[in-house]
Amino acid sequence: MRNAFANAFYEMAKDDPRICLVVADITAAAGVASFQQESPERFINVGVAEQMMVGLSAGLALRGCIPFAYTIATFTIYRPFEQVRVDCCYQNLPVKLVGVGGGVNYSTLGGTHHAQEDVALMSAIPNMTVLAPCDPAEAAECTKASVQHISGPVYLRLGKAGEPDLTSGAPDPFHLGKIRHIRAGADVCFLTYGPIAKMAVDVASRLEGEKGVSAAVVSVHSLKPLDVEGIAGVLSQYKVVVVLEEHSPLGGLGPQVKAIAWDSGARCRLLTYALRDEFIHVYGSHADLLRAHGLDPDLIFEAVAASVSPVG
Amino acid sequence: MTASIDFDASAVRARCKRYRRRILDISQTVGALHIAPSFSCLELVATAYFGLMNRTGDPETEDTFILSKGHGSLAQFVALEELGVIPREWLENYCKPGFPLATHPDYGTPGVAASTGSLGHGLGLAVGMAYADKLHGKGRDIFLVMSDGELQEGSVWEALMTAPSLGISRIVAMVDLNDFQSLGQTSKTLPNFYPMLDKLHAFGWESVEVDGHDPQAIHDAVRARSGKKPFVLLGRTVKGKGVSFMENVPIWHYRSPNAQEYKIAVEQVEAGSL
Repeated sequence: MRNAFANAFYEMAKDDPRICLVVADITAAAGVASFQQESPERFINVGVAEQMMVGLSAGLALRGCIPFAYTIATFTIYRPFEQVRVDCCYQNLPVKLVGVGGGVNYSTLGGTHHAQEDVALMSAIPNMTVLAPCDPAEAAECTKASVQHISGPVYLRLGKAGEPDLTSGAPDPFHLGKIRHIRAGADVCFLTYGPIAKMAVDVASRLEGEKGVSAAVVSVHSLKPLDVEGIAGVLSQYKVVVVLEEHSPLGGLGPQVKAIAWDSGARCRLLTYALRDEFIHVYGSHADLLRAHGLDPDLIFEAVAASVSPVG
Repeated sequence: MTASIDFDASAVRARCKRYRRRILDISQTVGALHIAPSFSCLELVATAYFGLMNRTGDPETEDTFILSKGHGSLAQFVALEELGVIPREWLENYCKPGFPLATHPDYGTPGVAASTGSLGHGLGLAVGMAYADKLHGKGRDIFLVMSDGELQEGSVWEALMTAPSLGISRIVAMVDLNDFQSLGQTSKTLPNFYPMLDKLHAFGWESVEVDGHDPQAIHDAVRARSGKKPFVLLGRTVKGKGVSFMENVPIWHYRSPNAQEYKIAVEQVEAGSL
């Protein structure tokens, strides 16, 4: 996902002199390395100084530039939170804040590097757009859309590296601000975002293969503004809707889907899976950490299967 | 940088007297306002606008002014009023519904280059703006007025470290060194805050300290800068300058004078004894 961002960024930045990259002591990879080489004046490394990274980016934006501020998600938005809120959002400037390793992707680096409440915090700030792509191709789409279609600040929540392709056979194309079916299905629908969409796709495949349950997966890449109409449609169309997110249970997608379900008078079963409202003190792989908070594909498979009437 | 021969320090002094009177008048229309922090930086603001800044009227070419100590907004608003950038009616209705001026300057208000109010943001923004100007080949300066309390914010030191490292030279930061913050005297709250000049030099800035109520001294010091490095002018000031009972008394950070106090304050400002 990192490289997909970097390459999409490069493709835009090489033809658009307004675009700059401001990093806080993080390695440049893929297209970003080419950009740094070809346009060193538009590549700014401020060192380990994230308040500077975001404040400087806002200053560039006040002069007509379109800066991307890029580092590990926790450092992109937590350390300089007030620069994000006041400098970027209060002034409604086109600063694109990129967080690598959203969620608990940096599993063994521990809680200091886990962005498990980032969507809640960023969504709460007026003027902010929040995007969380599910795979590399969608990361590239979100990167392009953040410049081409959004005139204000954006929080782009990325995974890390090595995420599989989930969207090349997607029934729906990418449209900013719209939910997107990435797997078709008739009985169950997963609403998810970010790299954990892979778990939803895997569970959906098993439901179909082992239980004969037809399960769709929807990427909710645009978390703010949220496609309320699209989600209400899912809630009315499917018997069972499952929200699966790598985020605190507070302030993410789950509570918003529940609110939409109430407002739209939905009659479906609604299951929500999120991280717990706890810091994670378990070490291991990314999957180990998710499992420690109940985001376990086997458990979710059993629970969803049990909630659906047998088909056929 | 060459010394300008046409700078009229006495005109700036006269202007600051009018500004103090104007701010006192506004104080009688609201329950609270930052009189003392505005009074301490008036000569810095007025000298910037009426002696140092290149004001072409074209935002693409003219020098930029950022009041990083946003709570001193009245000091900037009275200058913008005189320049005709904001209408008189706006200050007549300071902090009133339906009018755009309040305690802190907001981006989007004519003459306001950035939203300030939370301390420690202006210099970081200025570094970004100056970097963009360099990128675009625009030879203009960015003037800031900062408070000394503001220099306690870590973000300011990130910006102080970064600006010279990025080769930025066209920032003129004027620090209102009144030695007071909301709760008391800066030198007593944080004894290691001083000496400030050495710290700024160590961070790669050119810096001098002058009497921050002396327009000629302010003007000459800024004009004499080499232009090779970013520049900080430390202006020694008196919080509440011009009104005896306000000077260096923390309560006037935010209080409005009552009718009796207002009368005395106006007399003192008009007499210009301080």
